[in-house]
Amino acid sequence: MSKIEIRNFNLYYTSLHVLKNINVNILERKITAIIGPSGCGKSSLLRSINRMNDTIEGVHVSGEINIFGKNIYDIGIDVRILRKNVGMVFQRPNLFPISIYENVAFGLKINRIHSKKNAINEVVEKSLKSVSLWDHVKDKLHKSALSLTLEQQQRLCIARVVAVASNIILLDEPCSSLDPIATQKIEELIIYLSDQYTIVIVTHNMQQAARVSHNTAFMLLGELIEFDKTEKIFTNPSMNETEDYVSGRFG
Amino acid sequence: MKKNKDVIIETAIFMCGMLSIIFVISIFIFLFKEAISFFWDYNFIKFLIGKNWYPNSNKPLFGILPTIIGSFLVTFGACVVAVPIAVMSALYISEIAPKGVRNILKSLVELMAAIPSVVIGFIGIRTVVPFVKFFFNIPTGLTAFTGSIMLACMIMPTIITISEDAIHSVPWEYKEGAFALGATKWQTVRRIVLKEARPGIIAAVMLGIGRLVGETMAVMMITGNSANIPDSIFDPVRTMTATIASEMGEVVRDSAHYKALFAIGLVLFVITFIVNFIADLFLRKK
Repeated sequence: MSKIEIRNFNLYYTSLHVLKNINVNILERKITAIIGPSGCGKSSLLRSINRMNDTIEGVHVSGEINIFGKNIYDIGIDVRILRKNVGMVFQRPNLFPISIYENVAFGLKINRIHSKKNAINEVVEKSLKSVSLWDHVKDKLHKSALSLTLEQQQRLCIARVVAVASNIILLDEPCSSLDPIATQKIEELIIYLSDQYTIVIVTHNMQQAARVSHNTAFMLLGELIEFDKTEKIFTNPSMNETEDYVSGRFG
Repeated sequence: MKKNKDVIIETAIFMCGMLSIIFVISIFIFLFKEAISFFWDYNFIKFLIGKNWYPNSNKPLFGILPTIIGSFLVTFGACVVAVPIAVMSALYISEIAPKGVRNILKSLVELMAAIPSVVIGFIGIRTVVPFVKFFFNIPTGLTAFTGSIMLACMIMPTIITISEDAIHSVPWEYKEGAFALGATKWQTVRRIVLKEARPGIIAAVMLGIGRLVGETMAVMMITGNSANIPDSIFDPVRTMTATIASEMGEVVRDSAHYKALFAIGLVLFVITFIVNFIADLFLRKK
């Protein structure tokens, strides 16, 4: 069953054609990796799934992205609710300069999911546990979030998303600012979360895609070249471009 | 050769830097010297909390409490009017206005900061003074309230530009993070942007207050210049600065009155120094 269906999707930045007629079905509770060389549009595609591209002036789109059978570009779609449900984690940890606790509680408060302090405490604890951060921070919840290490900050970013997102998490090169050991830990976390969440991850690191994802999409110059099981993409791709890229001939 | 040149330039720059420090220190010493001789003859506490300023009577009284209250009332009133409007304007310029509008507004506001205070006073006399008299039905429009409004107009540009810089320097990543969690623009501004920009905004307000306390010309023209303790903000007042400016011309040199005016100057200096120091603390906190 597919959760996110992208149909004839095009994205333009002023007159630049960034995404060209993308068609892909992203499966539920699987990890889908989007790979490709810099500037191929993989981040733009990811940011189309929660409409973060709306915040950039000069972007317009055509085509459909259906989530649970509902086109998120229809008039009458509440972008705020969409963004709450489809969580996003960015390249660099972008925690707010407030306490660890407040960072996780932020999404709950602004979306009025919970207003009682007990309920918020419970969700904060649960979210921090799900990213294996609870034991480390439970005694300093009210310290500034920026005092954590980068890896912990990125975990906290994921916790912040887990606290409000219902079932989809988008990750935009989440390990690009981390060292290899931290990267491995975040990858383990991503695999763990795929039990409950549909995950789409953009990465410039092919080994990472091979390690964590079930399916892989390969993009080049704004086009989706190939989408298949990760194993097939990396061992026996159907397209020559894919083969050239995964074997390291360019990119 | 090259080395010599470096040494000369370095020394010159060092001298310039030292010079500005020396100026401030000598101003303080000068003020202090003139003021301290006043306090040999007149009790400091009596000076500070005395309710009457009768410098020319047979038994002169130098109580500056009315002028301290006058300065405080005008400053406080101007802040109450200016700060909310200025912060909102800064928010509009930084967060809401399209790029073209933003650039125009920003330079317009900076231009407004250059209006001389005597012009502010002049505009006040012609517009706000008669309006206040008529609207509140009081005997004179020359009141602390009128002064507050005009001074608010005077310091708003300063507060707007500095707060706008603070708001604009909040990293886009913070806002992006908030939007991605489903926050509206207003929620993002209120919970993240304003929180992050707060030290800068407070510094802007403190700098504005520093200017208000030291302002002379406009308040002299529109606050009525009466050195009595006011019953309300709709009474005429006189500020410390206006007292010095209006009496310095007629005073007998080296008389007690002359020295008393320097003592007021010292009090003013200390107040603005403290205000600027607090502003600096907040700016550095950023």
